[in-house]
Amino acid sequence: MEIVLAIMIGVLYAAGIYMILRRSMVKLIIGIILLGNGANLLIFILGRITKGSPPLIPGDLSTFTEAYADPVPQALILTAIVIGFGLQSFAIVLIKRAYKVVGTDDLDEMNAIDQDS
Amino acid sequence: MTEQIILYPLLLQLFLSIVLMFSWNNIGLQRIISISGSAINIALSIWVFILVWNNGTMILEAGNWEAPFGIVFVADTLSAVLVLLTAISGFAVSMFSAASIIPARLKFGYFPIFHFLILGLNGAFLTGDIFNLYVWFEIIIISSFVLITLGGEKAQLEGAVKYFTLNILASMIFLTAVAVIYGLTGSLNMADLSIKMAALENRGLVEITGILFLVAFGIKAAIFPLYFWLPASYHTPPSAVSAIFGGLLTKLGVYALLRTFTLIFTDNVFLQDVLLVLAILTLVSGGLGALIQNNLRKVFSYLIICHIGYMILGLGLFTEIAIAGTIFYLIHDIIVKTNLFMASGLIYRITGTNNMKLLGGLYANYPKISLLIAIPLFTLVGIPPLSGFWPKISLITASVNEASWWSIGAIIFASLITMIIIAKVWAQVFWKDKQEIPKKLNFRYFDELTGLRKTQMVFPIVFLSLISLYIGFGAEHIQQVSSRVASELMNNQQYIDAVLKTGQDVTPL
Repeated sequence: MEIVLAIMIGVLYAAGIYMILRRSMVKLIIGIILLGNGANLLIFILGRITKGSPPLIPGDLSTFTEAYADPVPQALILTAIVIGFGLQSFAIVLIKRAYKVVGTDDLDEMNAIDQDS
Repeated sequence: MTEQIILYPLLLQLFLSIVLMFSWNNIGLQRIISISGSAINIALSIWVFILVWNNGTMILEAGNWEAPFGIVFVADTLSAVLVLLTAISGFAVSMFSAASIIPARLKFGYFPIFHFLILGLNGAFLTGDIFNLYVWFEIIIISSFVLITLGGEKAQLEGAVKYFTLNILASMIFLTAVAVIYGLTGSLNMADLSIKMAALENRGLVEITGILFLVAFGIKAAIFPLYFWLPASYHTPPSAVSAIFGGLLTKLGVYALLRTFTLIFTDNVFLQDVLLVLAILTLVSGGLGALIQNNLRKVFSYLIICHIGYMILGLGLFTEIAIAGTIFYLIHDIIVKTNLFMASGLIYRITGTNNMKLLGGLYANYPKISLLIAIPLFTLVGIPPLSGFWPKISLITASVNEASWWSIGAIIFASLITMIIIAKVWAQVFWKDKQEIPKKLNFRYFDELTGLRKTQMVFPIVFLSLISLYIGFGAEHIQQVSSRVASELMNNQQYIDAVLKTGQDVTPL
């Protein structure tokens, strides 16, 4: 299971960076989304995957006796997903607006501000 | 129990932004609330600073969960100083915004978002948890995205796309680094991480994590190969927004670097060498970049990059004197860069352009304002006894002690090039004969403003100039603060003891 997830994270990061390097703004956003998902999965896998053992101490014991699923990474991912969602929604609105105003989807043509103004 | 006082500046900003949202359409009321709220914020921050100065590091545990498990807020001297500086710059920019931001922008919630930005900055400076730091970073960048796009002009949107992409990329790298560090240690508390990272046997992984943090914070701080988003975007929004960005957002990256590299990745010669080389290259490339620009705000944008180099240099040298220099420079730079961007806004309001080729004759027509703007300009160069001079003594002393000749060369080169640039700015903008600038339609020039608005534009610059002068002439006090911060950062055991409540020297509060 870990190896599948690890390969998937690698593919997500690679695809995300490839898409960010393209000139089209839409592909830029797709790249950012892929990269975000890759980072979330990375937190998940680095928190160690333990199946079927929730972090609950049995009533007659005072400490954990066996391996348990770490709840912290899941809380982190939840936070990161919410933040990522907010940023991505903003990004999509921004590129729509930028496309309307600048009239191009090509990042290389967005160079009006590099001239003297 | 006085711990909760460290959160007051933060809670005040949250309260202000909520109250401001309720008066969405009433711009006059928003201006009053924002300015008076920011003034109260200065008082609260001074209170926090005095408490921290007298009592030492203060800890607030959220929900009384003890340190490695719960989220903690830590106010050591560095955090308290930065919260105070944020409050001072925030007050100046708030008043400057009231006059310089056009009502159309204010109607779309400029002030609430502005206070959310300050909230995020306070939170980031005070938190003691690395994931919490990530969350504050996100609050800051999402507020800054709104501020940079508010108004929706063509140049603004183009700048925003670049600003947005690089900042979100930095956040992703930061998140990746947090994931790796959690996988390595199973902890997120920075004091706890300090102990656990030092105990790790696989030093290679520690260095890789360090590089991930360096790249993530390096993009935010705009250090050498990662700064290209900054001059492409900082001159596009209104000057008040540039002022708060230029004064505080890049310094947040420096703060994060300072915090992680003095607490988590200590005694790592490789990372310190990388920082030193990057610092030297930042000093040189930022300075050369500023030399060829003609837009006043682009010149200042490149100078931000150039002067970030000084701070990173101190961190790379990693001795107590060098860190003291870094802190002094940080204090000086936050005030002076905020001031300079506001000055460029004032020049824009007077003439209708920031292009140095078109500007001229300001000294002949506005001698008082010109002399006022001269203070931040010459402070930036660091002509003794103005404030830019003192930290360089510490930095050069530390470089000599470490026999780092390249650093001395870079420091002197950057100072010289800053002087040339400022001389050029002074000659072009103030001394050159007045040029024919085409009159803009639908643009309210400075002379057409009411007396109150004129005061609101000039007063913040006077206020920050006075603080700059104090930093220069009262350098002894600032040096005391910087030395204390440096000794706290270099002897991080005290921070760790305070957070984890180990050792004996925890001061009862």
